Amino acid sequence: MIPELGQLALVIALCLAVAQCFFGIVGAQRGHFIWMNAVRPAAVGQALFVSLAFVILTYSFLTNDFSVRYVAENSNTALPWPYKITAVWGAHEGSLLLWIFVLGLWTLAVARFSRRLPQEFASRVLGVLGLISIGFLLFMLTTSDPFTRLLPPAAQGRDLNPLLQDPGMAVHPPMLYMGYVGMSVAFAFAVAALLGGRMDAVWARWSRPWTLVAWLFLTIGITFGSWWSYYVLGWGGFWFWDPVENASFMPWLVGTALVHSLAVTEKRGAFKSWTALLAIAAFSLSLLGTFLVRSGILISVHAFATDPRRGIFILAMLGAFVGLALILYAWRAPMFSESGGGFKVFSRETFLLLNNIFLVVAAAAVLLGTLYPLVLGALNLGQISVGPPYFDHIFVPLMIPFFILIGIGPYVRWKHGSVPHTGRKLGWVAALALLVGAIVIVLLRAETSFIAMAGVLLAAWTVFSALQEPVQRLWQRLRHRHASLGRSVLGMSVAHVGAGLMILGVTVTTMLGITVDRVFTPGSSLSVHGDQYAFEGVQDVSGPNYQAVQGTFVVTHDGRPVTVIYPQKRQFRRDGTTTTEAAIDAGPFRDLYVALGNPLGHGAWSVRIEYKPLVRFIWLGGLIMVLGGFIALMDKRYRRVRITAVTLDVAATLGDAGTNLRREPEH
Amino acid sequence: MHRRLVFILPILVLIALIGFFWRGLYLNPTLVTSPLIGKPVPDFSLPRLHDPQQAFNQSRLKGQVSLVNVWATWCVACREEQRTLLHFSKQNIVPIYGLDYKDDRQSALRWLTERGNPYTAIAFDATGNVAINWGVYGAPETFLIDQHGIIRYKYIGPITTEVIQRELLPRIRALRREGT
Repeated sequence: MIPELGQLALVIALCLAVAQCFFGIVGAQRGHFIWMNAVRPAAVGQALFVSLAFVILTYSFLTNDFSVRYVAENSNTALPWPYKITAVWGAHEGSLLLWIFVLGLWTLAVARFSRRLPQEFASRVLGVLGLISIGFLLFMLTTSDPFTRLLPPAAQGRDLNPLLQDPGMAVHPPMLYMGYVGMSVAFAFAVAALLGGRMDAVWARWSRPWTLVAWLFLTIGITFGSWWSYYVLGWGGFWFWDPVENASFMPWLVGTALVHSLAVTEKRGAFKSWTALLAIAAFSLSLLGTFLVRSGILISVHAFATDPRRGIFILAMLGAFVGLALILYAWRAPMFSESGGGFKVFSRETFLLLNNIFLVVAAAAVLLGTLYPLVLGALNLGQISVGPPYFDHIFVPLMIPFFILIGIGPYVRWKHGSVPHTGRKLGWVAALALLVGAIVIVLLRAETSFIAMAGVLLAAWTVFSALQEPVQRLWQRLRHRHASLGRSVLGMSVAHVGAGLMILGVTVTTMLGITVDRVFTPGSSLSVHGDQYAFEGVQDVSGPNYQAVQGTFVVTHDGRPVTVIYPQKRQFRRDGTTTTEAAIDAGPFRDLYVALGNPLGHGAWSVRIEYKPLVRFIWLGGLIMVLGGFIALMDKRYRRVRITAVTLDVAATLGDAGTNLRREPEH
Repeated sequence: MHRRLVFILPILVLIALIGFFWRGLYLNPTLVTSPLIGKPVPDFSLPRLHDPQQAFNQSRLKGQVSLVNVWATWCVACREEQRTLLHFSKQNIVPIYGLDYKDDRQSALRWLTERGNPYTAIAFDATGNVAINWGVYGAPETFLIDQHGIIRYKYIGPITTEVIQRELLPRIRALRREGT
């Protein structure tokens, strides 16, 4: 009975979504106040019924209701209870329900925090979100119903895919989906503005914090996913250019471009139609990601079970949403005047435009590399992968100029910058970056690799240039006590420091890491980068639903004990799948990584040992970027209360005209 | 008018992409033609992966029916294929030669120690130049070569047990009958 209630809840949610969409868009178009007043309750109801369905599916998992096909296929009485909850989104149907649930959460948030928006605009935004809900609810009810019964019920469930039986599963997909789906809010704002025929600083100002929150979640999701694949998949890398990773990376790149271009639109009123296009593109790429994962169109380590009907449905949905938005764009966008006026070549606008160009070109390159196999496939040339050689060749040359510009941009004035002014601010920063970079290169013995040296220098440049402004303001404040630093500038500085640390981690780990493969017999040992690894043999251990072989390695450095680590090879009882649980000794400046290979008889094992310098900086950098975004979100202007849209509009216009020359450098 | 066109461009891009996806959904990776089918293996000489001093060239591919599998450690689909190939090689039906494509020697050797080696011998094509002559688009791809060193069939994408049963084994048997 309970699962049928879940199904019913989804149907009711669908009806409410139709109401939300219709009253939202048509009501605003006709200026019908009673209709517009109905939008918010419909949206809230829709979100609540979706949440109810989600709770019911979770309940079915917790109570081992194997009469529900989806539960029987993805759970088991032996599965520990936290994994029963994460199993809800362990396969296609449930992860789709999670998608819709997250969309419901965003809808609730928009309904709650949009009261101060002009009513027409708010109802259009909610109407567009309602349209997206309709699409996904229909998709779920027609092709992927998680509540389908299994007759007769199974006595025992199969089990959750072993790779997904990990605490990371509780964090990674929800965060990623919060980011993906959050881009739909930026999309809804852009489409609402296009529908209303008004694209102005108010639109940019309202849309900015939402975009930033979505970007934050996406950053957390990707950073976490990278760390997770590092320690769970046992491949020893942090990024594989796998199609599904790319699917989350593309919206991130475009979302990052969007966050920057929204700044220009808000501050200067320029780049309006470009910003709108980026907002549409970011969400399209999120949908594309969903399509690539769900349709099984690409070969991937993340492959979900596939069904061609599903692929066609998502493709149709992608075509409909994005197609409608782009038609609207082609019709409305040429009418917007770019009130920002002209800007000189050396100006903040130019640097942000370059930022956008680099990020969008990078996203296009990733798209091309991801789709190349598919395009070949469509031309009947089969399914293949181009892999990291392609991406490395494309990415390194794009990122070098990008990171040089990242340091300069914030110190160039809006509209017409001055080279001597920027030079004065950055001259000593460049010198310091060179000096510190050189010291780090010597410490790491990085002089052997050109790319590693370039990476270290770029990272130092990025970090120090980002710190210049906050440090200067702090210094001024210590002396005269009236220099202030806006949260959004501070947030930007912190985020750029994070980007610099990430580049440092990526280049140093990639270029200077050491990997050794050896056959170990019990008692044998090996020295890697000064650490002595002694193998003491393996023993059998047993987990709740798997058997494992566990090796013991004692690591010493010059006779001093460093650590004892236990890599495992697990075999799951359900289907005999084996997973490699690498043992990692994590340190701030290096990781030691040991993975068991294959048994070679007589107690001998092939073993892989890796020394990974600064690998933690990759994820640390990601977290610091998140922190930066969070600080920017705390900016005063997002907490201002009870300012009507009109005053906001006037303030924005005045702000653009006058105050910006003084409040340098705002971002 | 020119300005208008810029704003229409995004929708054209979308239409092209959707077209490709639509085709992609229905594609059948086994329906592949290559201009090289029916032609002799292109001349080449590459170092062996395990022993760079030794050369691997086209003469090795004459005298018996064999498979040439293009792979690389960076190729995700090759991971899937690896297990199937390993199993197939144990049946000793045909020799499987590897063409390690745009790869790094150390990681390739590591991959083989860790996952097992299904190959009779492996040619190491670090630059991918030989693969270009073979008409390789990416990894994985598999060529079926007959006794006279002529390419008879090409499969693009990862080899599965089904592919072996349905595509490779019947052709291998037919070639053997032809040869005797």
